[in-house]
Amino acid sequence: MKLDLSIRRKKINRSTGGDIFLMTILILTACFMAIPLIYTISSAFKPMNEIFLYPPRIFVINPTLNNFKDLAILMSESWVPITRYLSNSLLIVILGTGGHIIIASLGAYVVSKHQFPGKKLFSEMVLLSLMFAPEVTAIPNYLVMSKLGWINSLNSMIVPAWGYSLGFYLMSKFMQQIPDTLLESAKIDGASEFRIFWAIVMPYVKPAWLTLMVFSFQQLWRDQGGRFIYKEVLKPLPYALQQIAAGGIARQGVAMAVALIMLLVPVILFMFNMSKIVETMGTSGID
Amino acid sequence: METQLGMDNQTITRRWANRISSLKEEIIESRNSYLYLAPFALIFITFTVIPVLIAMVLSFTYYNMLEAPIWVGWQNYLKLFLSDDVFLLSVKNTFVFAIITGPVSYLACLLFAWMVNEFKPKIRALFTLIFYAPSISGNAYLVWQIMFDTDQYGYLNGLLLNIGLINDPIPWLNDPKYILPIVILVVLWMSLGISFLVFIAGLQNIDPKLYEAGAIDGIKNRWQELWYITLPSMRPQLMFGAIMSITQSFAASAQIIPMAGFPSVDYAARTIVTHLIDYGTVRFEMGYAAAIATILFLGMVFLQKTVQRLLSKVGE
Repeated sequence: MKLDLSIRRKKINRSTGGDIFLMTILILTACFMAIPLIYTISSAFKPMNEIFLYPPRIFVINPTLNNFKDLAILMSESWVPITRYLSNSLLIVILGTGGHIIIASLGAYVVSKHQFPGKKLFSEMVLLSLMFAPEVTAIPNYLVMSKLGWINSLNSMIVPAWGYSLGFYLMSKFMQQIPDTLLESAKIDGASEFRIFWAIVMPYVKPAWLTLMVFSFQQLWRDQGGRFIYKEVLKPLPYALQQIAAGGIARQGVAMAVALIMLLVPVILFMFNMSKIVETMGTSGID
Repeated sequence: METQLGMDNQTITRRWANRISSLKEEIIESRNSYLYLAPFALIFITFTVIPVLIAMVLSFTYYNMLEAPIWVGWQNYLKLFLSDDVFLLSVKNTFVFAIITGPVSYLACLLFAWMVNEFKPKIRALFTLIFYAPSISGNAYLVWQIMFDTDQYGYLNGLLLNIGLINDPIPWLNDPKYILPIVILVVLWMSLGISFLVFIAGLQNIDPKLYEAGAIDGIKNRWQELWYITLPSMRPQLMFGAIMSITQSFAASAQIIPMAGFPSVDYAARTIVTHLIDYGTVRFEMGYAAAIATILFLGMVFLQKTVQRLLSKVGE
């Protein structure tokens, strides 16, 4: 009897009734979570008369691509060419994310695998920095940027992204699980410190740097550069899209198309790296 | 006696000298490590550590960014606590807001991570994506503004009018009574973020053998399993998740300002962070803003440390 049961139910201590109960809650919550997103997606394809339909509808009746066409026309008419916004964004995202991965990994490697005076203090400071709202440093950051002469320079967005402490923290936690014997045997074989880092450590922590990539991207993609960049030609693409969308009632359709673009890019990036991100998070605990 | 004391002093100085010279050696020996850490450390210190220190120093000054700062001692702090009613209101709002969104979002992250984890990997991945998506959805939360629109074209008003529950549309986001609850709802909608992923990962890392052993020891259902095995095994993740949830619940200004307006009606959605933004970017009273920032910093760190101490007792 007992054996029979355990074969039928793959997991121990699980009842079908409980499964159905949990599934029901999950589906209801998922609807609550997804409705605003579904609305955003379907509205991007709504013609003007459906956007202002009363009573409002969630799903689109006659889908159209007009909103995206309008967006393309508006972008081609902007006085700063849209390619300029796009290249600003690409520069910020690629240099910001790439630099962050390399610099945070280098630092995280020594913090997780080497012994040196001050290491504990530094790790404590990084952990502490996760504990307060970034607004605390907003005003002094402006002073620092202006001292560096980085107001109205893409540096003000790229370089601070390299020092994003959540990424550093996650990376150093993930690196702790690299077996020390692996590094020692490489050292005995005569590999230099940098070679160990580049040829052994970095491939080992691939899930972690994909995670850093996704988080850093999310951070930079959301940032419209409003704090330190005032010159139109240096603004990133999300800023330009928001400006186009902020044109009142007549631009409502375009605004929906913009919201869809802003939403889909990070979600798709997350979707493709989900398993790696969850794997990285597994080591993130504080002991 | 005196000679003995002198000897002791001498040995103490000698010991200190030894310690310093061995520290020096250690530092020289690990110069390679410092070299690797240097780029990150430099940026981290420049854009995080130094700004916190600057904020603390500026909080004792009057500074409008045009003239040099003037030292005013504790005056900013006195003004904050004794004569700035809006600040006291913002502290109250922040706590109401954080006490609801912090624990609720934390528990929601844990509960949904656990529920999602009960199912097969494909179902798990689908739900993870749906639950996590709002937290990275950019400004899709503005859809909630349409739902809570003040006239009858708002979805909620339209719905309630149609059912006949109300006769006149309710000005949701212009009514101090409703502003904070609505903002809390929206923030909760976006709150299954990093902590949620951390908990899912923590749950997957638990050794299945523990559950088998638990079943033999008399654990009968999944609820007992959760309490006696799962939670104690994922304490490190619980600690990290708490940090993320607390920080998030205090820093939610990004959603508050577009939803409730800035300033909000009767300051109903004024939090410490929006108060800080007001003085820092609108009134240019940087010293005063820095005092708000310092209080926010100290308050958050104190709260975090307290919560960490509490969580370290889970399962003990």
